[in-house]
Amino acid sequence: MKLSKLHIALLLVALVAPFVLYPVFLAKILCFALFACAFNLLLGYVGLLSFGHAAFLGTGGYITGWLMMNANLTPELAILLGTAAAGLLGALYGKLAVKREGIYFAMVTLALAQLIFFVYLQAPFTGGEDGMQGIPRGELFGLIDLSDNLTMYYFVLAVFLFGFWLINRTIHSPFGQVLKAIRENEPRAVSLGYNVNDYKWVAFMISAALAGLAGATKSLVFQLASLTDVHWHMSGEVVLMTLVGGVGTVFGPLLGAGAIVTMQNYLSGGELGNYIHIIMGAIFVICVLAFRGGLVGELQKLVKRNFG
Amino acid sequence: MSADYVLESRNLVKAFKGFTAVDDVNLKVTRGHIHALIGPNGAGKTTVFNLLTKFLSPTSGRILFNGQDITPMKPAAIARAGVVRSFQISAVFPQLTVLENVRVALQRKEGNSFHFWRPQRILDRLNDRAMELLTSVGLESFADARTMDLSYGRKRALEIATTLALDPELMLLDEPTQGMGHEDVGRVADLIKQVSAGRTILMVEHNLHVVSKLADRITVLQRGAILTEGDYATVSTDPRVQEAYMGTAAAAEANAQQEETA
Repeated sequence: MKLSKLHIALLLVALVAPFVLYPVFLAKILCFALFACAFNLLLGYVGLLSFGHAAFLGTGGYITGWLMMNANLTPELAILLGTAAAGLLGALYGKLAVKREGIYFAMVTLALAQLIFFVYLQAPFTGGEDGMQGIPRGELFGLIDLSDNLTMYYFVLAVFLFGFWLINRTIHSPFGQVLKAIRENEPRAVSLGYNVNDYKWVAFMISAALAGLAGATKSLVFQLASLTDVHWHMSGEVVLMTLVGGVGTVFGPLLGAGAIVTMQNYLSGGELGNYIHIIMGAIFVICVLAFRGGLVGELQKLVKRNFG
Repeated sequence: MSADYVLESRNLVKAFKGFTAVDDVNLKVTRGHIHALIGPNGAGKTTVFNLLTKFLSPTSGRILFNGQDITPMKPAAIARAGVVRSFQISAVFPQLTVLENVRVALQRKEGNSFHFWRPQRILDRLNDRAMELLTSVGLESFADARTMDLSYGRKRALEIATTLALDPELMLLDEPTQGMGHEDVGRVADLIKQVSAGRTILMVEHNLHVVSKLADRITVLQRGAILTEGDYATVSTDPRVQEAYMGTAAAAEANAQQEETA
């Protein structure tokens, strides 16, 4: 991936931002941005709408949280194992789901995610309705104390950049080329000799693992893993973020996650708190009806009109 | 003796709920031939294609490729074995460039198609071969164009270049000239003739002029069953074929004439 001026500018903003805004808030945006980017890999580049991605976000969070509280691991190892757990769950769920297409794929992923929701609701180690509270952030590599919010933010930024890089690399790899071919014309990809389900499956695993990475990191930021992260609301929210930002674009999910998290944060505190779902629903409808390219699509048009 | 035949179907049957789309078809495609499959609308030509490439599973019967039973194989595996099909509607990847369309086909044999951690530029070594293929169908000047911007005729030419990239032993073309203007039909027909060198082609085609020009052998399907087979001269003079194509109106007229003379 070539670094453009845009990349460098955004990176500079990300480095300076915690001196202006609350670092935990920014870290939250980055976690959700990674989650949405992982989701977008499937929807935007393979054409698969998963309605169960909360399962992977939640798994990453629970596993990492439990390891931090019980196994005395350093955070990077706990995150790695949480990510691997989400990837494994993705391997299992993906194997079942890629056999179906369209709405049936979405329904299978939703059903499987509901299954894991009830597992986590009942399993003793998750803390059920209360969730897992007071997860220690630990010391990165046993050296760097993450309890400071600013340090935590830069760690999350590094994790996000890794995930973002991996997704971009995947999109622009030989594998990504086949994924695009499958998205564009699946029967033709089959007639060229590609076992399309295997490609979808690998993409599903990568997406699930990175969603797990987002969840694992998030559990350290908030020192909390709860049922909210595995609830189907969360699966819907990531669809919303991706569509609002611009599906199938590199920066869309990042922008969408930023917009949605910001709205949630600032609206839920004020008088409008009770109406937040109505407001977000309306925004969703407007985006889908009027701005098919999402925020990124509109921005591109704007840039073209004024500078093109 | 079956070695003369690249592809054979034996008692091939496909029954959908309540009707038999393909009824006991024994098709033999001779190596090196351009073999045309013709017949009126709804005769089951495309269904036969879908069965031969396993996009549909036959209700009963067997399919042999080079004497080997390929009936239980998956469609992608059949493609890898050397039987590559095209589709009635032009099958291209619209958002990819023209060059990338061909390269996706070349890429499979490289064995790096699952490598998600490597940059796309490792595929650049296939560009020369892709350009060669594009040149062979006259698309070299469109290599970097987005495929969705191509004309219909050029999309079909690109599809043939993509299929050729796999160097298939047997090409199955489903109505390659359908929906084309007069000029494009001639161009694609010439192209098919050109690429048939050294391989076998089985094609569904409506345009009888193209069939007469290209086909070494013709199989006529009607209501899912083989009506007759032979070269163009034999088939085109067969009264049953004429009736099948003219339909009931012609038959009724013939009846009326008979009544008059009686």
